[in-house]
Formats: sequence, C-alpha cells, structure tokens
Amino acid sequence: MNCHIVIPAYNESATIGRVVGACRSACPQATILVVDDGSTDVTVDTAHAAGARVLIHEINRGQGAALATGTAWALYNGADVIVHFDADNQLEASDIVKATELLVRDDLDVVLGSRFVQGAQVVNMPGLKRWIINPVARIINRLFTGVTLTDAHNGFRVLTRKAAEHITIVQDRMAHNSEIVAQLRTQRLRFCEMPVTVRYHEFGQGIEGGVRIVKDLLLGKFV
Amino acid sequence: MFIQIILIIFIIFALSRVVIRAQKKEIRIGESLGWVVFWLLAGAAVLWPGGTVVLANTLGVGRGSDLIFYVSLALLFYMMFRIFVRLERLERNITKVVRDRALKDGPK
Repeated sequence: MNCHIVIPAYNESATIGRVVGACRSACPQATILVVDDGSTDVTVDTAHAAGARVLIHEINRGQGAALATGTAWALYNGADVIVHFDADNQLEASDIVKATELLVRDDLDVVLGSRFVQGAQVVNMPGLKRWIINPVARIINRLFTGVTLTDAHNGFRVLTRKAAEHITIVQDRMAHNSEIVAQLRTQRLRFCEMPVTVRYHEFGQGIEGGVRIVKDLLLGKFV
Repeated sequence: MFIQIILIIFIIFALSRVVIRAQKKEIRIGESLGWVVFWLLAGAAVLWPGGTVVLANTLGVGRGSDLIFYVSLALLFYMMFRIFVRLERLERNITKVVRDRALKDGPK
C-alpha cells in the first residue's frame, strides 16, 4: 500500500525532526512529506535531515493550503492512502497504523481523529478548550457542515485515494477542517471517528482563531 | 455656503476621475455609470438640501442628513464586504501560484 503522510509545517524546527522520526518508526514504508509553509527558521533542513521529503511554499499560505499542496503531490505520486498529520508533536504516530487498519477493515473512505470518543488519551488539555471552545465549535461545525462529530477540529485524518480525489480544499487557513467535514456528507464518503492520543505542549488555537474560522467559512460562501 | 462650494469642487473632482478611468478602460462601463449617478445624486443633495428632506420624510426618516448618513453607512458596509470577497479571491489565486511553483520544483 502506497501511504503518504502529509505534514504541514510553519516554523516547527523545534519539533519537526521528532515528528518525522516517529512517523518513520511507526510506518517505515510510508512516504513522509513535509510541506514547509514559508518558514523563516530551519524547518526545511531539519525535516530533510530527519528523512522527510520537503515541498516548499515560498511564502506562508496557511495550514489548509499546505495540506492541499501535499495531498495533490501525494495523489500525483500514486498514493493509495493519505494521512494528514500535525507538525507540533502533539499527535501519536502509532495512531496512523491503527487508523489505516480501521480504514481497510471497515472499508471506509476517511478516518477522523477525535479527542472525545472513548479510548482517546488527552494529556494537558487546557480547560478553556475542553469545556468552552470545543463544545461551541462542535455546534458551529454542525451548522456549517451538517455533520455531527465529537471533535470539531482535529489535525489527524486518514483518507483513501478516492476520498482525497473527491475532497477539494480551498480554505487556505484553519477553516479547511470544516470544509473537509462538509464534503464527507456532500460527496457521500464513508467515515468514522477514531480515538487518538493528543499531548498538549502549548495552547494552540484560541477563541480568536475560532472567530477567524467562522469568518472564513462565511466569506467562503461568496467567493 | 462655503461647505457647499467645497463639496461641489470635490464632486467635480471625483466625477473627473471616474471619466478618466472609464476612458482608460480601467473600470467597466456599468461601474462607471453607477459612480456617475452616485456623484450626480450627491451633487443634487448638496445644491438642493431640501430635496433630501422631502425624500427622508417620504421614507419615514426625520432629517435629510440622517437619510444620507443611513444610506452611506449601508453602502460602506456593502463595499467593505465586496472588498473582503475580492481580497479572499486574490489570496486564493496567490495560493494557486505558490502551490504550482512548489509542485513544479518538487520535493527536496
């Protein structure tokens, strides 16, 4: 099976080496593709030294844009399975194997990571995120996508080639997540949520980020 | 009144800019006509303030200046929205160029 792990990265030199190494250990046969999104630090060299192939955005375009670039390259290179993974060392690489097995076993098109289904391990999650931001995000996500998920925004997903070909990512920034979920429904793709391990080292997206996602989703209706 | 003279001079200047840009084909005919109508109406409101009062009363607004304020505010919001949409389209086009280049160069 031709598996491509796509990791968008912007100024992640502190963690990208460990993330690429962990992915390589968990999936030795997979192609690890880091999409450097205009970093100003040594992300490109660090990722390359760790054994990843690195596509380079000359200027910063956002996580959604980097994922779309990586996915396009993976499809062009004959990927059967495409994994979207975060560069900040918060996800667990061994979940890739579990998700890929689930994808094949249950004949699914997409597996989405979730921090809130039984079996998920979430370490050091800020209370504001757990009790306020995520419940609100879940409702907003439901309104925009028509899909009910336990986790409104998770950077871990595994797609079959068919799913990646049917999903179009045009949201450059963080709204790509809802955009993908909406297309699960409109493209009639079979999907499920899978418990994942997430270890928080920093707060990540806050309320401001959420407001921006809503703005981008609304604006996206008129572009 | 002094304010009327200043406003009329500004409106003539704005109209001249519309005509020049239309001649250079920098704006579409429909767009330039829209702007000409807008500035002519603005000129009429400056020269005949009583007209705006009549219109305001017809629409149920007290003063002519209030009506102009409300309409201007609505127009500004609409224009801001248009600019946001155009900006987003521009951003997406930039992304396409950046992506094409990244894919053409291939991975390191």
